[in-house]
Order: sequence, then structure tokens, then C-alpha cells
Amino acid sequence: MRESHRIAFNVNGRRRSLDVAAHHTLLDVIRDDLELTGTKECCLVGECGACTVIVDGRVVDACLVLAVEADGAEITTVEGLAVDGDLAALQAAFLDTGAVQCGFCTPGQLIAAHALLAENPHPTIAEIQEGLAGNLCRCGCYGQITEAVRAVAGEIAP
Amino acid sequence: MRPFVYARPATLPEAVALLAAHGPDARILAGGTDLIIRLRDGSLAPAVVVDLKRIPELRAAIGEIGGRVTISAGTVMTDIAADSLVRRHFPALAEAAAVVGSVQIRNRATLAGNVCNASPAADTAPALLVYDAGIVAEGPGGSRHIRVDDFFVRSGVTTLARGELVRAIVLPLPTRRMGAVHVRRTRRRGHDLASVTLCCAVDDAGVTRIAYGSVGPRPVLRIDESGLLADPGASDAAKGALLEAMFAAASPSPRSMRASPEYRLAMLRVLGKRALATAIERLAKGE
Repeated sequence: MRESHRIAFNVNGRRRSLDVAAHHTLLDVIRDDLELTGTKECCLVGECGACTVIVDGRVVDACLVLAVEADGAEITTVEGLAVDGDLAALQAAFLDTGAVQCGFCTPGQLIAAHALLAENPHPTIAEIQEGLAGNLCRCGCYGQITEAVRAVAGEIAP
Repeated sequence: MRPFVYARPATLPEAVALLAAHGPDARILAGGTDLIIRLRDGSLAPAVVVDLKRIPELRAAIGEIGGRVTISAGTVMTDIAADSLVRRHFPALAEAAAVVGSVQIRNRATLAGNVCNASPAADTAPALLVYDAGIVAEGPGGSRHIRVDDFFVRSGVTTLARGELVRAIVLPLPTRRMGAVHVRRTRRRGHDLASVTLCCAVDDAGVTRIAYGSVGPRPVLRIDESGLLADPGASDAAKGALLEAMFAAASPSPRSMRASPEYRLAMLRVLGKRALATAIERLAKGE
């Protein structure tokens, strides 16, 4: 048993291998060690969703995962959504609908919406609201965020 | 967060030995949605954190064997809410699992963790009580079965002994037709802890089971075997008096921030009546 652990995982398709302290969270390691600062630190109790990332196909709050637990995992952060440097359709829709105001919650919202659409390509408004219930927006852009997700789902013209 | 030693046992005996050796200085990590919050705020400072997620016997699985549905300790709320066996036989448990936290939380939080934390507000507890679930505990002395009603003591305290961990939760398949529902009251729609959480089931023999939480130190189960609550011909006054007696064990804390005791007791009655009506309706419809 050691205080520091060697772990390896794929982040946005890239193999990363590093030593992590047992008490450091996945959020700490993503931001401080991998310098992927799109994922935000906010409430640190699993209520706001600003730190949402995808681990093995499922969204989680990275503030509530130890980095060492993610050994061997497949991880997607907001930096992994763009395709060849172009914004993903979901990201473009967020801009088009005005879903990005201060922008602090946006990475978490995008990741949660991305995972929702991957599982349910044509969600109802209620399903979008439930799927994003773990992501708070203090600017109150919930209407625009829902509209952006619907636009990508093809429910309304973007 | 204060440093700790992280242990990831590969076998059950190894995990049990670690827990037995360290006692209260060890804490189990399953989904971590409660533990990591408490490690960070300093209310827990264990020497060792024991991660159970790489133990094959505890890996997420739901299966039916010998008239019982077994949910392994590593199974998360998302899987329980979506599972066809659970939805068919224990719909109120599926409903409860579906309202725990947010998607992010349900993807990590385990049913075993929910019962082991023994929070009075645990949303799955009333359904487990109503369905007469059992806890399979694995410890230094081997395996034992604990009825869920004998498992909860008070917030954070269960009847698990030193060195014991929960291996699985088992639910006996109902022998009678049943209508059941889980309901809750929260401060806001969406992601919140329950101010009242309640499950009611009525079977075709007229037995009504009501379990409720977040209104006292532990969730409570009460059973009406007289058939009165399920009887469409019984008077509202008679039913009201019986429900009052069944809710007599509620004693909400005045120190909780979420809701006052008066509000919780009032909502307990409202939710109890609504849940009873829904359970009767579902039994009639065969849902």
C-alpha cells in the first residue's frame, strides 16, 4: 500500500500515464496534472455538475471520484468534444441559442448533454431537463440550454 | 483532503481482512458519492480507504435465483432503475433508484452504499423495507443474512459488525399480486434530498405495507394486515385513524435544515394517503 499510485487511462483518446496521490480526485488530476482546465471546480459536493466528465461512457462528477479509481478508464472531458479543431454541433448550438452566458457551467452542461444525446438521440423536454438536472446554471440559461439540446436532436431548426 | 492509504483488494477475504484489521480506521469506498464529500470536509479521516470495485463477486449484477432477485453490492442506481427484473417485480424500488441525486450521482451511487450510510433520508430504504429485502453480509465469520428492518439503527449506524461488508441485497419475489409506489417530497424539483420519502404496497390479500423515511432517526415499516386500508368500502375516518397510528413512529428532528418537523409530519400524511390511493389503483390495473 502506497500513498502514490501509478495509473494509466485514456483522456480524449490520448493515453496518459502518471503518478497520483491517493487523496487527489479525478478533478484535481484533470485540471492540475493534465492541465485540461475546461472541466470546472465549483461546489465539490456533487450538486452543481461543473466538473462533469464521462468515465467509461457514463457522466460522473469528477470531484467525487478519486483519480486512482479511474485507473484504466476511458475519459472524455469538454476538450474532447471538438472534432479536428471545429466545434461539435452541440457546442455550436449552445452559441447559437445563447445558452452560454458567463460560461462557467458550460463545459459540464455540454458533457452532460453530449452523454444524454449519445444514449437518447431524441429526448423530450422532460428527458432533457431530467438528464441535465445535475448541472446548475446561475445565469439561468436553462431555457436556452434545453433549446440547444433540442436543436441538435433535430426537434427544432437550430 | 487529508492523505490516506488507498487499498484495492482483489478478493473478498482480502477486503474483509483489511476491514477487520483496521476497524473504524478503515472506510469502504463504493460509489464515493457520500464518502468523498466527507473525506473532503474532514468529518471522516480514515487511515485506510478500501475500494471494493475490483472484487469480482461485488461487480454490478442483478439476477434471479431460487425465488429471489439478488443485486450485487457494486450495482449503481442507474442500473437498478433501468433493470427489467427490478421494474417488473419491484417497481417502487426502480422508482426510488431513479430519483436519487442526479444522473451523475446515479451513475456512481450504489444501493449497498445507500443502505450502509443508513441516512434516514435514503430514498431506496422504504422500498427495501416494503419488499422485505435482506442484506447479505460477508465478514470474518463468514456470510450472514440480515433483514433490512434489522439493519438500520440510526443515521450512519447499522448492525454490521467490525470487518463486515455488504456483498449483496436480496429481494424475495412477491408471492401475491401487488401494487406499489414510491413518493417523496423535496424542496425543489430535480436534484435534492428528500424531506419525506415513502413507499406503499398493497397486495391482493388486502395487506398494506407502508415504509417512510426522513422523518426520524431511521426509516420505519408499518404493516396493516387487517385489510382496512385496502378496503374500498371502509370509511375515510377509519382509514385516517389507522394511518395516524402507522405514522406515530415519525419524530422529525427540529435541527434539520431541509424542513420543519411540522411540515414533514403534515406532508407524511399527505404523501401516505396519495401513495395508498396509487398503490390500490396499480393493484387494480395490474401494473
